[in-house]
Amino acid sequence: MTDTIKRGVSLYSFQNETFLGKMTVDDCVRTCAEMGATGIEIIGEQTFWGWPEQPVPEDKIADWHALMAKYGTTPVAHDAMLDYKRYKGRVMALDEQVASMKRDIDFAAALGMRFVRSLVSVAPEVLVASAPHAEEKGVTILLEVHAPLHFDHPWIVRHAEAYEKSGSQALGFLPDMGMFLNRFPPVWKERFIRNGAPRHIADYIEKAYEDRTLSEYVVMAVRDMGGEGAAMAMAETLRHNAAYEPKRMLDFMPRIHNVHGKFYEMTEDLVEPSIPYDEIVKVLKQGGYTGYISSEYEGNRWIEDAHPVDSVEQVRRQQTMLAKLIGEPTASTATRAA
Amino acid sequence: MFDQHMICEKTVTNVAENGAAIGFSFGARLPYYRGLGLSMVEDVAVTLDGEAIPRDAVRLTLRGRTWTLDEMENEHGDRWNFGEIATVTVLRDGGLSAGVHKLELAERMRISYLPFVPTTRCVKTVSLAA
Repeated sequence: MTDTIKRGVSLYSFQNETFLGKMTVDDCVRTCAEMGATGIEIIGEQTFWGWPEQPVPEDKIADWHALMAKYGTTPVAHDAMLDYKRYKGRVMALDEQVASMKRDIDFAAALGMRFVRSLVSVAPEVLVASAPHAEEKGVTILLEVHAPLHFDHPWIVRHAEAYEKSGSQALGFLPDMGMFLNRFPPVWKERFIRNGAPRHIADYIEKAYEDRTLSEYVVMAVRDMGGEGAAMAMAETLRHNAAYEPKRMLDFMPRIHNVHGKFYEMTEDLVEPSIPYDEIVKVLKQGGYTGYISSEYEGNRWIEDAHPVDSVEQVRRQQTMLAKLIGEPTASTATRAA
Repeated sequence: MFDQHMICEKTVTNVAENGAAIGFSFGARLPYYRGLGLSMVEDVAVTLDGEAIPRDAVRLTLRGRTWTLDEMENEHGDRWNFGEIATVTVLRDGGLSAGVHKLELAERMRISYLPFVPTTRCVKTVSLAA
């Protein structure tokens, strides 16, 4: 199992259900285990009330380990937030940010996590200065490369250069697959239409996205079409989303240790209409990736105004798709092999 | 996200002190996927039947602790957790009259990684029995 891509879930995916108290953390982890998604990622402060303003009590940490043991799941990553605008009117200084990162590293280690996710906006100096502490704790800090940023953006290049200069192996990347947005997500389009965008403008934006038209031109064209409010907001999404190429990950493979399987919608026939998972998995295999793809369902916020949210079914469909793309033996082929 | 879940409309009630209504309160959530430290909650603006409630007439209570909105911005040791229902109290002589009201809530959050400070709004029709 260790030499293939592994499947996991970020509990972020079930945010609608957990926010409303419809699912407990136990329910989430059991659900993941039932899907064969054994890697568990969390946003620490979503799953553990109080964190990071207050320490998480020892008994809660013990409960977490008992939960992992109960379902045979593996803790993979704690997504740290590092709120550097915590203090009104000023941004936290470098030493304060490093201290915050170290606390998150300790928390990740206490939860048995190999990785701590850093937000993409955190400066390379903070990560490099935190690296020795991460090494001590056996944790690797992963910068989440997330749209609108991408692997060729100078900000990410700066991180990559800082990593190499530091010589530390406790620094890496966690690409979010949302940066490979091949088509305009249908659930986004429908939401903008419900919010008041005229359908013909929405159709135009969707087509312009497929044509890879420069976002600035699309914004201008929509304004010229009389677009306002929701129509302009829809056009603006092209400024922070793009169809970057999955193969751009290849140059960074030695530093890529976790992947966010972002998705907005899984259709009944197991397709994500906007993100090319077949191509993504092919590239990851080519790069020799053996870490987790961690489901990150983010369609909830786009449909909640009009449709019931069923995050479990959505994640189940993505996991089924991933198992097929990874090439996991199905029950029938396993029997044949035996 | 979670816009329609910000106001818990069934929790609206008058707040009495020494037998007199000094205001009203309702349950409220933060429309965010992770909760937020209180110092980063910049505003909890309430509008009742089209009338904006002054900022200094609003209180927020979590697990037995109460803050004014100005105090909240200097609170670094506590947070409004993910999905947690806070009690928002509006100090207003006489409280809320019986009948139907339009209640609006606008919460402004300073989120470190966003290049803007989002305000999310929720409007609910609430009613108070006589």
